[in-house]
Amino acid sequence: MNTNAPHNPDKFAIKTLKLTRKFGNLTAVDHLELQVPYHEIFGLLGSNGAGKSTLIKMLTTLLTPTSGSAEIGGFDIIKSPGEVRRHIGYVPQMLSADGALTGYENLLLLARLYGLKRTERSIRIDDALNFMGLTDSAHNLVKTYSGGMVRRLELAQAMLHRPAILFLDEPTIGLDPLARHMVWDRLLLLRREYGMTVLITTHDMEEAEVLCSKLAILLAGQISVVGTPAELRAGLGKDATMDDVFAQYAGDLAHSGGSFSDVAQTRRTAQRLG
Amino acid sequence: MKRFILESAAIVQVELIKLIRDPTELISRAVQPVLWLVIFGQVLAQVRGIHTGQTSYLAFITPGILAQSILFSGIFYGIAIIWERDLGVVQKLLASPARRISLVFGKAVAAGFRGIVQAVVIYIIALIMHVSVRLDPLVIIAVLGSVMLGSGIFATFSLIIACIVKTRERFMGIGQLLTMPMFFSSNAIYPLEIMPGWLRVLAQINPLTYLIDALRGLVITGGENIYGYSVDFGVMLGVFLVLLLIAVRLYPTLAE
Repeated sequence: MNTNAPHNPDKFAIKTLKLTRKFGNLTAVDHLELQVPYHEIFGLLGSNGAGKSTLIKMLTTLLTPTSGSAEIGGFDIIKSPGEVRRHIGYVPQMLSADGALTGYENLLLLARLYGLKRTERSIRIDDALNFMGLTDSAHNLVKTYSGGMVRRLELAQAMLHRPAILFLDEPTIGLDPLARHMVWDRLLLLRREYGMTVLITTHDMEEAEVLCSKLAILLAGQISVVGTPAELRAGLGKDATMDDVFAQYAGDLAHSGGSFSDVAQTRRTAQRLG
Repeated sequence: MKRFILESAAIVQVELIKLIRDPTELISRAVQPVLWLVIFGQVLAQVRGIHTGQTSYLAFITPGILAQSILFSGIFYGIAIIWERDLGVVQKLLASPARRISLVFGKAVAAGFRGIVQAVVIYIIALIMHVSVRLDPLVIIAVLGSVMLGSGIFATFSLIIACIVKTRERFMGIGQLLTMPMFFSSNAIYPLEIMPGWLRVLAQINPLTYLIDALRGLVITGGENIYGYSVDFGVMLGVFLVLLLIAVRLYPTLAE
C-alpha cells in the first residue's frame, strides 16, 4: 500500500461514536454510528437535508460536533484535527479549482500547503496529472477545462499527498455520462493502485450501484441502513432496483427536497459544469 | 516557523499570479485617486481655506489619497473571500494541514502587494502634478513598509467582516458603510487641528490616521509627522496583530 499509511491498519478508516451536530433546534446529525473499513469505496446516500453534508464537514474537521466523536485513520477529529487533515483528501461539491490558474498551478498550491518537499513536489504533480489524464492540458488555464477535467484536476489535488482517505461530495454531479465514467474509473484505480479508502456522497443511484462497494443511507441524521448494493436490493425482493432501496430507506419523500440554499448550491455547481 | 513562511508564500504566489494575469481590478482602482488628486485636490488648492503649514494642499492630501486607496482596495478584499467560500476554495484550504494563520497572513501580504501597486500609481500622478515627493531609497522602503502594513490591516479587517456576514450582498452594504466614515474621520484631506473635538477623538482611534501620519512624513518633502514614526508603526503593528488573531479564530467558521 502506497498511501500515507495510518498507524493501525486493524482499525476502521472512519469510525464515529454517537456523532451529533445541532444547529439551534435542528439536529442535523443525530448520535450517528458509522464504521467504514479500509479500501472501501463507501457511498453515503440520503435525501437533501438528511445530514450528509454536515457529516462530511465534521469528518473533514471543517465543523465541530456538538457531541460524540469520530476517528479518521485512527486520529480523533476533535483532539488531533491537524493529523486528520494530513491523512485525508477532500473535494467539495462546488468546483473549487481556481479558473484563473493553470492546472499545474492549482496542484502546486496544494502541494505546497501539504508541505511536500520541492523535489518530491514536481514528481507527485506530474504523477497526479498523468494519473488523471491531464498532462497535455497542465499549463492551460482551468477556466478552459471541461467540467469532467476540472473534477479530475480536483481529484489530482486531493491525491497529491497520498491520503489514506478521500472525501468526495457529489463528485460527478452535473457531468455528462462519459465524464462521469472517467471519474469513476480514476476512483477505482486510486483504490487499486494506492489502496485509498473513498467516502462519497451521491444522489445518483447508478453511481451508488456501479462505483460503491458499500452504501449507507442517511435519514434524519442517522444511518437508516448499511450494506452492499446487492444486499440492499436483495433485501427488498428479487426485482428491486436501487431507486426502490432509496425510496424504502431514505424516508418520507413528501418532506424531502432540502433547504433552499442546498438546492441553490447544487444548481450553481451543475450550471458551472455546463 | 519555516512551514508558516512556506505556506504563506504559497498563498501570496497564487494571488500575485492572478493579479498579474488579470490586472483589471487594479486599473479600475487607480481611477479614483486620479480624480481626488487631479480634480478635488487642484480645485481645493485654489481656495486656500485649509492651513497645511509649509506644504501645498495638493501635497498635503497626496499621502491621504494614497492611504484612501489602500483603505478602499483593502476593505473590499472580503468580497473575494466570500467568493472563494462560495466556490469551495476556503473549504478545501481549511481541510488541508496548512496552518490557519498562514492562510490568513498570506492573504494580508497579498493585499500588501496590491497596495504597493496603488502607491506606484499615486507616485506617478504626484510627479506629473509636480508634487515634491521624497525619492531616497530608505524613505521609499519605509513607505513600502507602511503601505504593506496598512493594506494588511484593512484586508484582515475586511476578512473578519466577511467571516461574520458570509454573503456578498450584506458585505457590500457594510463595506460602503465603513469606508466613507473611516475616510472622513481621518486626517486624509484636512489636518487634525481643524477638526471639532469629537471628530478628533474619532480620528485618534482610527488606524487610518496613523497610516496617513506616517505617510505624510515619508512621502512628501516637508510633510509633517505629528505622532512620531514609532507611535505610528507601533499602533499599526498592534492593530494588525490583534486583527490577525481575530481573523485566525473566525476564518474556519467560513467553511461551516
